[in-house]
This record gives sequence, C-alpha cells and structure tokens, in this order.
Amino acid sequence: MTTHLRLPLPKPLQDIIHPPPTPGVLGVFSYLDTTVDAIKKLRAAGHTDFTVYSPVPRHEIEDALGQAVSPVRMFTLIGGIAGCAIGAWLTLWMSYDWPIVVGGKPVGSVPPYVVIMFEMTILFGALSTILGILFNAAFAARRLGTVQYDERFTNDRFGIFVPAGSDKVSPVEKLLRDAGAEEVRRG
Amino acid sequence: MAETQAPPPLPPASRLTYDYVTRTIARTLGNPTRGYFLLLGAAVALLTVGIITLLFLIRYGLGLAGYSHPVYWAVFITCFVFWVGIAHSGTLISAILFLFRSAWRTAVYRTAEAMTVFAVMTAGLFPLIHIGRQWYFYWLIPYPNERGLWPNFKSPLIWDEFAIGTYFTVSTVFLIMGLIPDIAAVRDLATGWRKKLYAITALGWTGANEQWRHYTRGYLYLAALATPLVLSVHSVVSWDFAMAIVPGWHATLFAPYFVAGAIYSGCGMVITLLTPIRKLFQLEEVITVHHFENLAKLCLLTGSIVSFSYLTENFVAWFSGNPAERAAFWYRAFGPYWWASWTMNICNGLLPWLLWSKKVRTNITALFVISIFVNIGMWFERYVIIVVSLAGEPYTTWTNAVYNPTWADWGIMAGSFGWFFMWFLLFVKNFPAVAISEVKEVLAAPMRQKARAGVQHT
Repeated sequence: MTTHLRLPLPKPLQDIIHPPPTPGVLGVFSYLDTTVDAIKKLRAAGHTDFTVYSPVPRHEIEDALGQAVSPVRMFTLIGGIAGCAIGAWLTLWMSYDWPIVVGGKPVGSVPPYVVIMFEMTILFGALSTILGILFNAAFAARRLGTVQYDERFTNDRFGIFVPAGSDKVSPVEKLLRDAGAEEVRRG
Repeated sequence: MAETQAPPPLPPASRLTYDYVTRTIARTLGNPTRGYFLLLGAAVALLTVGIITLLFLIRYGLGLAGYSHPVYWAVFITCFVFWVGIAHSGTLISAILFLFRSAWRTAVYRTAEAMTVFAVMTAGLFPLIHIGRQWYFYWLIPYPNERGLWPNFKSPLIWDEFAIGTYFTVSTVFLIMGLIPDIAAVRDLATGWRKKLYAITALGWTGANEQWRHYTRGYLYLAALATPLVLSVHSVVSWDFAMAIVPGWHATLFAPYFVAGAIYSGCGMVITLLTPIRKLFQLEEVITVHHFENLAKLCLLTGSIVSFSYLTENFVAWFSGNPAERAAFWYRAFGPYWWASWTMNICNGLLPWLLWSKKVRTNITALFVISIFVNIGMWFERYVIIVVSLAGEPYTTWTNAVYNPTWADWGIMAGSFGWFFMWFLLFVKNFPAVAISEVKEVLAAPMRQKARAGVQHT
C-alpha cells in the first residue's frame, strides 16, 4: 500500500490539513463507466459521503454524484465587487486628500479611474477565487477526515472511498467488486 | 525519477493512454542533458551581461544609454512593450481558448502560460531600469507617506502600473492553479528530493471529487477574469502612448492594434519555444504538427489585423489632412529610420501571408524560422512607434537628434533575454511543461464497454 507523503506541521495546522483517519473501504477502478456505475449503486444504497478520485475532471462523475454547484462563485463575485469598490475609494479619496487641480477640471474625475477600478476588480476577484477554492477544498477535507488514497489516482485509475464502520464493510466491499473494482481494500 | 528512466516505446496516437501521457510528460523532468546545461549556461551568461550593464548604469547614470532629446523613451521602453506583448498569447491560449473549449490548447497551454509569467517578470524590470534610481521604485506605489502625496491616477503610467501588477499576479496564480493536479501526478511518480518538493507544491491534491468540484469551477472563473484582463493590459500599455499628443501615438486605433500585435508576437514566441522543447523532450506524440498549425493560424489572424492596422494608420495620417501627422508617417517610412520601419512592415505585414499555405503551416522548420522573424518584426514595431515617433516629433525641430542605442541599451536588452530564458529553462525542467491532466481530458476515457467509448465529452 502506498501512502501520501506527510509533512510534519504545527499542531493547529496538523488538525486542519491532516484530520484524523476515517475507517472505510477503498475501491480502485480502471474504467470510467464502471466507476460511474459504482457511484450510482452506492447512491442507491444510501451512501452520501463517499469520495471519488479521478485523474481528470469528468462530467459523467459529476452527473452521477449530482453535486450542487460549487460555492466558489460567491467568492469570485464578492471579491470582484470588493475590488471595484476599493478601486473607486482608492482613486477618489486619494485625489481629494491632496487635490491637484488642472485646468479647472474635476479633482475626482471618474473616466480615468475606471481603469484602476477595472484592474482592482480583476485582481481581487481572482485572488478571492483562489481563496475560495482553497477554503472550500480544505473544508471538505476536514469534514471527511483523512481518507484512503492511492498514488495511481493521479495517473490512470479511478477510485472510490466509502467511509464505513467494521459492521458495514462487507456489503460495501461486495458492492464495489460487483460494480467492477479491480482492487478493494479496507483501511 | 526511477520510473521514468527508460522512455516507453511510442504507440500510435489512437493508443495514447492516461498512463502513457503521465509518463511521457513526467519524463521531461528527468536528469538534464548536456544540451540543457549549455542552453541554461548561455542564458545565465546573457543575464550576467545585463547585470554588469545595470551596475554601470547605477554607478554612472542613464547617460550611458543612448537617450538624446527628445528621445527619452527608447530601447528600455521598447523592450518593456515587447515583453508585455510576448506575455499576451499565453493568456490567450490558456484563458480565452479555454472559454472557447478549444481542445488543442491543452498540449501547448502550459508552456504558453509559463512564458506569460516570465515575460511579465522580464517586462516589469524595464520601467524600473528606466526610472534611473531603482531604489526609489516604491514611489510608484500609493502608500501613506509623510509628504501626504498620492500618485496621479489620471496618468496612464499609473494605470499601467496597476494593469501590469494585476496581470503579473493573476497570471502567476493562474499558472500555479493549473499546475496543482499535474504536480500531484508527478509527485506520485517521483522519488527523493523531488518527491518532497512536489508534495509541498501539490498542496495535498488527490483528485478527490470535492477538490475537482471547487477547482474546475474556480478555474473557469479565473479564465473568465483573465480574458478581459489580457485585453485590458495591452490596451492600457497602448494608452501610455495614445494619451500623449505625439504624432504617431495619438490614435484611438492603438488599443486593438496593440492587443493584436501582442498576440501575434506571443504566438511567434510560443512557436520559437515549443520547437526546441518538443525535440529535446521527445514530446512529438503530445505536441503534434496540428498544434503548430493552429498556432500558425492564430499568427495569421493576428498578423493580418496588425497589417490592417498599419494600413489604417497610414491612411488616417493622410486622410486627416493633419500636417504633423502626415509628416510623422513620412518620417517613419522615408526618414533616417526607414530601415526599422521596413523591417517592421516586411516581418509583420508581408511575412504572415506565407501562412496562408498549408505546406508552410505544417512545416515546423519553416514555422520556427518565421517565428523568429515575427519576434524581430514586433520588436521593431515597438521601436518604430516609440523611438521614431519621438525622434520625428515636429514640436521641437531645433532639438531633433538622430537617436542611436548604445552598448548600455543592448546590454540590458541581452540581459532581459537571459533572464527570461533562464527562468523558462528552470521551469520546464522542474515542473510539468505540458498539462498532464488537461491532455488526458481530451483523450477518450478508459471504458470497459467499448461500444460506449465513442461517446465522449471533449
């Protein structure tokens, strides 16, 4: 069994980034269609919090999981609006803080400031999108605990980890095997 | 990397598998060859020339460069615009073509995106060198100070600072975001110190559904933000000139004209960089002639827009009846800098016409040669716009001097090429130069039921 390389981290970070292990079953799949089949069967059997690994994002997996749209979009929106507002504040406030009057024209003239507001919208929108991805992914990892992983999942294998106590392990193992898992193991 | 020592035999394209893609691309990270060290050594040597020149400039001042009244924006600013332009096609390929769902971009976009980041890094050096007293660079930043002064936000130079700063930040995070799943893929193959490096930089990526769910959504928004950004950046750069009243600069045409030119030069640079990388790293299977042909088509499109802009510019100068404008364009074509103008016209106006031929578009040697002339032509375009317009400006005829760059200008320019290629070479040897997960995305997914294999999302 191959394990994920671990880096020693200070205590609070350790808890967030490497949450305690979750017991369960890991199935390794060679094919996309068998993985999708297994997802459907797991959902029919009432499992909800299993993890699906894939080397590439596939719509088939997304559709089978029936996930809600990622909340990252709210991060982008709020970041963008905040950036635009900061751009407007920066330019207007600074212009009035030390007015340089040229040709009797307005001290705070909006058209040239649109450029700054635009750039700040993009900058803050992008950075907050990144934070949104990191925050949401870390939050999901924290919720699921440390789950089993196999190094082939970034190469050419698909995987499903189903959290299960020792009493529920056998039916899950059977389900994954029937769906076409080439390898099933407990952890 | 133990697993990647022996290159796997090349299967026919239809048998490209996920595993084959991972290993082929991870192989580029193996032990460097002598050829690689020679290239890196050449880049570092050029950078050393630049650093020594910069030390001279700091000690003896900007007088060492060829500035002569009224040409105070010269080779440094030319190089700045040139490098910013080079950056643009990277974002075009990585963001705009992503939104257009162009499947072919996956094989070339990582190289292009890395080129973007390093080209902006290079471009950013030039305004700093150009200001002369580099240790006061922080005066450009709006920070509270005891003088109570703020930058003038009505100045296009400040817009430019915000645009370039944003562009650098966003293209860097965009590159890093795209790298994460690929770093995880090489992490899972690597051994030794590389394993540690990739374990840190992969940020714990496992390809779990919760990660892909947020990642794919976030990546889409990053692409959607980078798209207007890339169009804005070169527009803002063009306004550095267009907002001034120098004849030859003061044109509303400038923003689209500069953006098209930027993408034209950038596509040229992508071809220049990909040709040797593909050979050195034996990526012929992943980066095919088809990719080069598509890049050539982009060159043809943007090159035609650039040629059309040249015609429009000259037509408007004549049609406006403005004597200053007419004189400026006459000076450009037939003045002392005629050679620069005609280099620009031939390389950017005529050369792209060769790309109408499919024979040329699918001949990589021909494309490589053309791409170098595209780079030369686009450098001269900026030289013509900046230096020649200033040298010929009609407001101070009694002070006009024929400007000639000196060794200090050339030294800094050589250094900038060294700096760019040094970062680029270090990058391609340490991180996957082709997007592993995105190349797999356009392949047929492994299916047990062969009948279903034909139904694909690509």
